[in-house]
Parts: sequence; structure tokens; C-alpha cells
Amino acid sequence: MQTSHSTIQYHTLEGKNVGNWIALLGFGAVAGVGLLAALYMEHNGHWVTGMTNHVVWGMPHVFALFLIVASTGALNVASIGSVFEKTPYRPFGRLSGLTALGLQAGGLAILVLDLGRSDRLITFVTHLNFTSIFALNVFLYSGFFGLVILYLWTMMDHRMGHAYRPAALAAFTWRLILTTGSGSIFGFMISRSAYHSTLVAPLFLALSMSFGLACYILVMLWLQVSTGKKYPSPELLRRLRILLAILVGVSLYFVVVHHLTNYYVAERRDVEKFLLFQNGTFAWLLWVGFGIVGSLLPMLLSLAPRNTVGSAKVALGVASAMVVAGGLCFMYVFIVGGESFPVELFPGKIVSSSFFDGVPVVYTPSLPELLLGIGGFGVAGLLVTVGLWALPMLPSSFAEE
Amino acid sequence: MSDSFDKSLEPSRRGFLAGLAGFATLTLAPGVVLYAHAETKPVGAAGAKVRWGMLVDINQCDPDCTDCVTACNTEFGLVGHGRPATDAQWIRKVSVTDPGSGRTQKFPVMCQHCSDAPCVDVCPTGASFNRADGIVLINRHLCVGCRYCEMACPYKARNFVHEEITDQKPYAPRGKGTSEACTMCVHRVDAGGTPACVEACAKGRGAMLFGNLYDPNSAIAKRIAAYNTAQIRSDLRTDPGVRYQGL
Repeated sequence: MQTSHSTIQYHTLEGKNVGNWIALLGFGAVAGVGLLAALYMEHNGHWVTGMTNHVVWGMPHVFALFLIVASTGALNVASIGSVFEKTPYRPFGRLSGLTALGLQAGGLAILVLDLGRSDRLITFVTHLNFTSIFALNVFLYSGFFGLVILYLWTMMDHRMGHAYRPAALAAFTWRLILTTGSGSIFGFMISRSAYHSTLVAPLFLALSMSFGLACYILVMLWLQVSTGKKYPSPELLRRLRILLAILVGVSLYFVVVHHLTNYYVAERRDVEKFLLFQNGTFAWLLWVGFGIVGSLLPMLLSLAPRNTVGSAKVALGVASAMVVAGGLCFMYVFIVGGESFPVELFPGKIVSSSFFDGVPVVYTPSLPELLLGIGGFGVAGLLVTVGLWALPMLPSSFAEE
Repeated sequence: MSDSFDKSLEPSRRGFLAGLAGFATLTLAPGVVLYAHAETKPVGAAGAKVRWGMLVDINQCDPDCTDCVTACNTEFGLVGHGRPATDAQWIRKVSVTDPGSGRTQKFPVMCQHCSDAPCVDVCPTGASFNRADGIVLINRHLCVGCRYCEMACPYKARNFVHEEITDQKPYAPRGKGTSEACTMCVHRVDAGGTPACVEACAKGRGAMLFGNLYDPNSAIAKRIAAYNTAQIRSDLRTDPGVRYQGL
């Protein structure tokens, strides 16, 4: 099936392609295993996970938050094309919207399946507490879904062309608010020293840009392999390499400022020492995982001159994969690390109790929760694959260039 | 000329006055109604007559005594499963040492029943709530088990039920997958009694006092008026209903 918008031709995924079937079944299997893991946790209770009364949110939340944050950033390419009118990005707007929806669905699926009482999901609709930033996020998530679907509609139906720009602007504005909301879940939290900060919201915004773009580039490069099309176009490739480096740099800047600010304040110095130096796991994941593997090396890989388009694509793909890996490292340190540092009931005192007061808590993730987290990627991949199969979202030509 | 001008003005002036009266009714009436209901409204609201609270006299608390903890566990059927990190503890004895002087104090910490409770603020479904008399409770039928309240509590007072539970007490319908915490023994309080921990402590040194913080004639209010008492993390302005003497 082929359709066109303006002068660009679009097509769906090829039904006879074995690779597409492998992708569909593979993503389905990963999502299915995640679902089974969730059922196992639901049946036994959360004691079968590594999460406790002290590290309350664990591996599922690391994956969920990564996916939710990345989803808004995956909309970047569409927004740059429509809101900021950079035409080389425009042919990939549909794919950008679909990837955003997929990642968001994956993240939300994890969050919902990790609830102690997932069966009471309807309560989120019937009893909303509007002082809860979590409850406000429910509106933000559903609004994001609605707006991106509308945005996709305006991209795909020429009769809706008049609504294209307004929808693009609305979706872009909404994604900024949504990521602010995601960050504020932690930023508004007064109980734990690692979180409470106005910097968390802009930090999450910056992270969403780099994580989301990296996820999008990986999807695009996977589609190049599976469809045989020359994605992205050389001009877009050049722009994406620079853009990824810039966004990764901005993320790194915010992370550095966040930790530096906390370290400077005596009240927060203990938690920063704990995360940056004292706890080997967190320090390693932050410095090496996020700092070097997830930030500095991808920037170098993206910007280093390449002789051929092929090698530039490989470099961009590797850089994006590293950004994703580094992003997961960051989320682990942010969520689990922040919780592992003891809640300070009596700041400056030496505290102990049978309830792990005053001591760092060790968190060991179990296999089911890890599988649930990875399952979120399966859900995202499944939704993107099915979407591409059903609707013409892949550009056959790049005429707008 | 001036007569006709006044006559023409009169109806509109009347209309203006009538409108003003209507506007005043519309704007003031809700306030009057709210004022009338204020006595049954949230903790700390103007006119509230009851706020249940506790006072722990740390100097009286025996460092090695855990009777309050045992009483709570017995009252609510809290049993361990050999997994300390997931086992419920609604009240715990905390040891606090000043690094400068080396002085150590041991005393119980439980849900502080804050009037501006972060757990109530963050709960997405409103399962966590403040009763009008200051007790913070969880509606277990609304709790979805997101654990945001556990994350948000500055006193680490909340627990999550990590496993299947049987033989629950009728007044404490604990359930797998939901959050829970000290209820200030609301079932006893509503029947005119005192919390189990306070009752157990009274048999020993009597370091815990329970009562109405808003009643100037209550023993707890008199003690708070007479001695220096403190709230844990008062800098956070959550206004706990549990106070400590000698902290």
C-alpha cells in the first residue's frame, strides 16, 4: 500500500519479508515473557522481586521511566520537521510519531503491570487525586496518546492538512509538559535527598531529547536493514549525527549541574558522595556507564569524520545504542541509587534500627522484574512493527529534500 | 430636565443594587456554607475540635524495651516471614546517636500522622487520606499498590504488603499488593480507647501519651504547653501529630 503526502511517497512494511515476521514474533515473544513475569509477580506478591520496603521502585521502574522519557524525545524528528520546518526531517515524521507512541505504551505497560493491584487500574479513572503529580501524569500520558494520534492523522490524511501545524505545535507543547510531569514525580519528593530539586524537570527534558532520538535512530536503522531502503537520506544522516551529539551533550550538562549543585550544598553532600564515589555499583554505572559509554563516546562517534555513508550510519547506530545503554545506567542510578541512600529522619545523626534506618540498602534485582522491564521494549517494538505493517508510514522517496 | 434625568436613572440604580445583592449572595454564600462545615473538615482547619496525637517522652523510654512494637504486632497480626527487608514494621525502635557528643537515644517511630502529609498529597487515587481528627489512613479498596506514598514519606512509615495474607483482623483488612501503616489504632480510638502501643507502654514506664492535641485540658496538650517538645523533620512543615519530648 502506498500513499503520498505532499510529494513524498509512503509505503507499509512488506508482508512477504521474513525479516519482518521475525521482528514481529521476536518483539511479541519479549512482550509475552514480560507479561508472564508480571503474572508471576502478581501471583506470588512482590517478595519474589528485589524490591522491598526500602528500595520501593526497582528495575521495572528503571525501564518504564526510560521508555516514557524516551518516547517524548522520539517525537523530536516529527517536531523538527513540522514545528521548526526543517524539511529533511519531514519524510520521517510519521515514523517519529509511531515510535513515540510505541515507547510510551511500553513504559506504561511496565508501570501498570508492576502495580500491587493492577486489577484496580480503573481506580485511576474513578478516583483521581488532583494533588498527586502521579495522577496528573495519567492525564498527560493519555493526552499525549490522543495528540500524537491526531498529529499522525493530520500527517497521513491530506483532508486534515489544515490541522497539521496546530496538531504539531500541540503535540510538541504537550511533550514538554509531559516530561516536566515525569521529572516532577521525583522533583516534588521532599522525602529523599537525591530527588527533591527543581532541576529534575529540565534534566528529564534534556534526557528525553537524547534518549528519544537515540531510540528513534535505532528504529530507523533497523528499518533500513529490513526494508532495504536507504534510510536516512545523506542530508538527514548528517543532521542526525550533529543533533545526537548536541542533545547528548546537553543531557550530560544537566546531569553534571544536578550533581554539582547537590554536592555543593552540605545538606546533600552525603548522598552525592554515596552515588558518585562510595557505592561501587552506582559510581561505576554513573561515571562509566552514563558518563563515558552513554555520553562522551557517542558524542565522539557521532562527530568524528567518516569516509563513507555506510560507516557513518554504523557509527551513528553504535552511538545511539550506547546512548540507550547509558540512559538505562543513568535511570538505575537515579531511581535505585536515590532510594538506596537512607531516608534522613535525623540529618547529621548516626541512626540505626531493625527497619534499615541509617544504612544504605542493597537491592538485587530478580529475573522476573528484569524480564518485565525488558518486556516494555517488546511492547514498544511490537506496536511499532504492527503500526508500520498496517499504515503507510515509511517514506519511499525523500522528494521534499 | 433634572427631574426627568433622575427618573430615567432610578430603574437602573435599582437594578444595580439588586445585582449587587445577587452578586454578594453568590460570592458570600459558599463561604458561609464552608464556614459552617469547617468543624468537620480537615485537620488544622479553623474550628476543628479534635486532633488525635501522641507524645513520646524519650527520657522515659527504656532503651531496651520493645513493648510498644510487640503490642502493635500483636494487635494487627504483623508476623515476619524471615525476610526483614519486606516484613512489615508499623512501629520501630530507632537508635539516634549524636556524632559530636556520642549521646544515644532510643525511641519508637511510627506514622507521624502529619496534617500536611506527603503520602496523602502524592496518592494518585486518594486512597491515602487525612481523617478530620488528624489520623492518616489508607483506604485499601482504593490503593492500587503504586508505592508512591512509600517513596514520599519522610519518616519511612509506610509498608507494602509483599505476600498473601490470611487471618486478618477484622479492623485491619491488610491485603497483598497494597500499602499500609500505623492507623493510630483508629478502631480503639473510635471506641473511646487508646492505641495498643500507648497502652502497653503505660504498663511500663509510661513514656507514651495519647490524646487530643486541640483540647487544652487534655494531659497531652498540657504537657506540650509545659515542656519543649519537637516533631521529627519539622523543617519539612508536614506538621506531624506525633511529638517527642527530650529529642
